[in-house]
Amino acid sequence: MSAAKQSGEKFSFTSENAARAEKIVAKYPAGRQASAVIPLLDIAQRQSGGWLPQAAMDHVADYLEMPRIRVYEVASFYTMFNLKPVGEHLVQVCTTTPCWLRGSDGIVGACKKKLGIGVGETTPDGKFTVVEVECLGACVNAPMVQINDDYYEDLDPELMEKLLDTLASGKKPGIGSQTGRRGSCAQSGPTSLKEKAKSNA
Amino acid sequence: MLEDKDRIFTNLYGFEDWKLAAARRRGVWDNTADIIKKGQPWIVEEMKNSGLRGRGGAGFPTGMKWSFMPKPSDKPHYLLINADESEPGTCKDRDILRFDPHRLLEGALLAAFAIHAHTVYIYIRGEFYNEASNIQQAIDEAYSYGLLGKNAAGSGWDCDIYLHRGAGAYVCGEETALMESLEGKKGQPRNKPPFPAGAGLYACPTTVNNVETIAAVPEILRRGASWFAGFGRPKNSGTKLFCISGHVNQPCNVEEAMSIPMKELIEKHAGGVRGGWDNLLAVIPGGSSTPILPKEICDTVLMDFDALRDVKSGLGTAGLIVMDKSTDIIYAIARISHFYKHESCGQCTPCREGVAWLWRTMMRMVRGNATVEEIDTMLDVTKEIEGRTICAFGDGAVWPVQGLIRHFKPQMIERIEQYRKQARAA
Repeated sequence: MSAAKQSGEKFSFTSENAARAEKIVAKYPAGRQASAVIPLLDIAQRQSGGWLPQAAMDHVADYLEMPRIRVYEVASFYTMFNLKPVGEHLVQVCTTTPCWLRGSDGIVGACKKKLGIGVGETTPDGKFTVVEVECLGACVNAPMVQINDDYYEDLDPELMEKLLDTLASGKKPGIGSQTGRRGSCAQSGPTSLKEKAKSNA
Repeated sequence: MLEDKDRIFTNLYGFEDWKLAAARRRGVWDNTADIIKKGQPWIVEEMKNSGLRGRGGAGFPTGMKWSFMPKPSDKPHYLLINADESEPGTCKDRDILRFDPHRLLEGALLAAFAIHAHTVYIYIRGEFYNEASNIQQAIDEAYSYGLLGKNAAGSGWDCDIYLHRGAGAYVCGEETALMESLEGKKGQPRNKPPFPAGAGLYACPTTVNNVETIAAVPEILRRGASWFAGFGRPKNSGTKLFCISGHVNQPCNVEEAMSIPMKELIEKHAGGVRGGWDNLLAVIPGGSSTPILPKEICDTVLMDFDALRDVKSGLGTAGLIVMDKSTDIIYAIARISHFYKHESCGQCTPCREGVAWLWRTMMRMVRGNATVEEIDTMLDVTKEIEGRTICAFGDGAVWPVQGLIRHFKPQMIERIEQYRKQARAA
């Protein structure tokens, strides 16, 4: 769904999302429905094409019977909520020290070169937005990026460009390590749990 | 080296499936009801005797934390599992969440029982979308096999576990900020007291434990406290997940015995420092907030709470960030200052203003566009932030700068002199 299509004055959950919201609210004690504000804003953001127009925040506030200002506070506090439209692929490059030590500057450079935009910008066709983010918690697979919901790890500039090519062509790249590593196991093979590695090779 | 038979996290790398059937083959959910039938006092005592200290960074003894929970009353008790893993250099809980979620759920049931809680929330960082998906599927699976819900695992204890996704805020890993966030507010830490055991989530008695802590519980209770206490030095017991990132040949996570020498850990498991041990400049030993250690200390230091405290650093989350001699050490720390500037919740003035000032000054230090006296001013400012904020974020934000000044002041002065020389030449 395009961002433009949902940026209008009106927002309400689709029936599918309303059912999801109801299920989420039920996780919390009666009268504590405000606890659901983050998950509901997440649903609203997905429905709105990756960002939160005010109408979506207002809908969540009304749904949870919260003052609207409390919902705006939450939406502006947490970095995963986008208060402005973003591209179809939100490329979030981790540049915190562990990724920087492994060459995240080169990853940012590859994104700029390939997409012809700067950090914080969106390509004119609305396909890609590039941002720098803080530690995403995949430090032994650095450098890495998150694109929408998925992590892409063990990158170098060349692999990053390839990743962007794949996405631009409308295909979905394989998530996780881009060099074929198994999780956080050493690239050269495990130093522990070797039997498990063998029996599942 | 720790033997595989003594490892808790036997699916650390995801060589096997993460779902229930494979988890059971790894021994997860084995005789859970029998452990619960031994009673709350036995479990808490066994946890105390095991010497397990919290794996989230602060290292508070887990059994003692549980013993602070009041006797059951009309108020519900809550167990919150902190899966907001965000400390730079740390990526261990992620492996438990995605590859061994049932180990976490079994631990959650045991811990919930021990603190008289029937409700558990797992607060996971929002970015861990795929990890959250695995956890949710594992929860659904556990319910369908009667391992959760009424009479969970046939134990006679009712236990509900809910997953709650955050939305990108490092500070929500602070336990009171986590509770605020879970209540639907900005993640701004609360003043203590009241402590969570007295008034936590929804003003009810609450215990907050890290993912790795909770996931270690079932094996400790199955194998016995003395088994776990047999690893590491006294008061630093057990096995531990280490994350080794940065300038090593083979970055990886690994489970090892506590108190392993840092050098051995890096050389045996991470393929050694890039260019050899003598090419080592420094290591941040336990996540970004723990002060940096120069090579001389890394040569001999042990990886445990007390040994790292004795060298004015800390074990923290056990996320080692290794830097070789090619590193611009001043920028490496300045980038950490930027992290803390970005993540400060903005509630306390010393942190909000001070940490931002530290970052700006550190960036001048990177260029050398500063005076030598400013290094001391910077140290003074860190002392004005440390201990003067509601939560420990302010402390964690200034320790990296203090560590840099403690061990690398000559390099900072050299940078300033270089800058001046160039300015004069121009």
